[in-house]
Amino acid sequence: MRILALDSSGMVASVAVVRADKDEEELVAEYTVNYKKTHSQTLLPMLDEVVKMTELDMETIDAVAVAAGPGSFTGLRIGSATAKGLALALQKPVIAVPTLEGLAYNLWGTKRLVCPIMDARRGQVYTGIYEFCADELAVVEGQMAISIEELGQKLRSYNRKIVFLGDGVPVFREALTGRILPGEDVAFAPCHMNRQRAASVAALGIRYYREGKICSAAEHRPEYLRVSQAERERKERELRCKESVTES
Amino acid sequence: MMKEQKDILILAIESSCDETAAAVVKNGRSVLSNVISSQIELHTLYGGVVPEIASRKHIEKINQVIETALSEAGTELMDMDAVGVTYGPGLVGALLVGVAEAKAIAYAAKKPLIGVHHIEGHIAANYIEHPELEPPFLSLVVSGGHTHLVWVRDYGKFDIIGRTRDDAAGEAFDKVARAIGLGYPGGPKIDKVSKEGNPEAIAFPRAHMGEDSYDFSFSGVKSAVLNYINGCRMKGEEYDQSDVAASFQKAVTDVLVANAMHAVREYKADKFAIAGGVASNSALREAMKSACEERGVKLYYPSPVYCTDNAAMIGVAAYYEYLAGTRHGWDLNAVPNLKLGERYE
Repeated sequence: MRILALDSSGMVASVAVVRADKDEEELVAEYTVNYKKTHSQTLLPMLDEVVKMTELDMETIDAVAVAAGPGSFTGLRIGSATAKGLALALQKPVIAVPTLEGLAYNLWGTKRLVCPIMDARRGQVYTGIYEFCADELAVVEGQMAISIEELGQKLRSYNRKIVFLGDGVPVFREALTGRILPGEDVAFAPCHMNRQRAASVAALGIRYYREGKICSAAEHRPEYLRVSQAERERKERELRCKESVTES
Repeated sequence: MMKEQKDILILAIESSCDETAAAVVKNGRSVLSNVISSQIELHTLYGGVVPEIASRKHIEKINQVIETALSEAGTELMDMDAVGVTYGPGLVGALLVGVAEAKAIAYAAKKPLIGVHHIEGHIAANYIEHPELEPPFLSLVVSGGHTHLVWVRDYGKFDIIGRTRDDAAGEAFDKVARAIGLGYPGGPKIDKVSKEGNPEAIAFPRAHMGEDSYDFSFSGVKSAVLNYINGCRMKGEEYDQSDVAASFQKAVTDVLVANAMHAVREYKADKFAIAGGVASNSALREAMKSACEERGVKLYYPSPVYCTDNAAMIGVAAYYEYLAGTRHGWDLNAVPNLKLGERYE
């Protein structure tokens, strides 16, 4: 089985190919760039480079895995549209891997609670809480958009050692070690595993594929965890209208 | 569909604004399928197109639209000679969905990729139903985002001779429609109520930008309408919605036609093609018809389905780019302010 994986959910653009059979799995190629957010221009040339370097026949790909959100709305759509286009042409399914699960899988085997955080702006982070049970990723709390304070409360309740990763770390590192989780045993993942990596998306993709967690290219869409600003403002307006009606 | 050896088939994709569209076009003139998934109802809630909502809808619909276009044409992806896609101008987030999708399809199917200018697509829409139409000709492109007077020298060769200095004609339609309570989208609604109104009822200004200029300006007439309505309100008078709409529409079409005919004289054009969403406006068509007839100029315009944003027109434009040897790389990006006639490599 061969899985092609893409992650363009944040600043990182990453492409990977993994191969797996019953007993063995291996990473054939991974191309990860954490430079400028120009995924529209770079993602497909990166794939082309991987294909050329590894003499990959695209027809041998069994499924296309993609970091399916949350993340930058535009970045997610570039990744998803690329996955959908490839899968449409190859007539293969898409594997939608939640971005934060992909991130957490970077830290396979750790005994700590794994808490990836992505800067979601507006005072929030995209985050989730994970652990490794019997060598597999287990979701303690599924991905969500919450404030860093709320995340702190959740984490304290587990009374566990924690490891953080993700592009939210540089933004919230001081707050986390200071006011949010004073005195807790927290660690921060080193640079080879602290950002999105398509190899992790692909490795999780293998497991999803075996569990039948796939969808057609047509069905696939990103999971933003947030409605658009226009929708949010419209709903707030409607709510205010309702409230003023009930008040009067 | 029987594909002859020499036939060129193009799969075209368009997602620059609020329509997700795909089409299969044979030899640049024959539309085998033209599928459009419109989001208009979604955006009426907001009185205009919301870019983020448009982009989200595009990615939900795009594969179904492409698959339907291929199957309605009786073709398979492998039959295609190239994939054409709109890469500008338009909403960047919306364009990116079509561009990323088209690139991935072309890459995996090992087909050439051809980026197409949206407005060049609108002009090319005229080729679909008029097999005899060939450059050179004059064209007036009028839509929600564009008002251009263009000399089409050859396939893929455009000289912009006049453009709007402020609002696009369609934009003025939308703003006036909102002001007089017609809502969005403004063009078709103003067209409809104008039929009940007197176009001579109110004298709104016509902006002429000087003897040597083919440029347009629609912010003045728009402001005049808004002032007129406010004036009525201040005096506590009712205004006649259909008279305002008809008079406004007349003011806009008068200027469009005057500049168009000015260009016809200077360029000694014998063919004129109108294009873009506003090209389906009935008053503009009528006025252009009689002005062209008077001067012995043959007027062309597409059916309404090819005036609105669609992918068939992109397939037609892509065909002529294909013949000219245009091939885009896998780094093709969306260019939201792409200029007419401009070529990005």
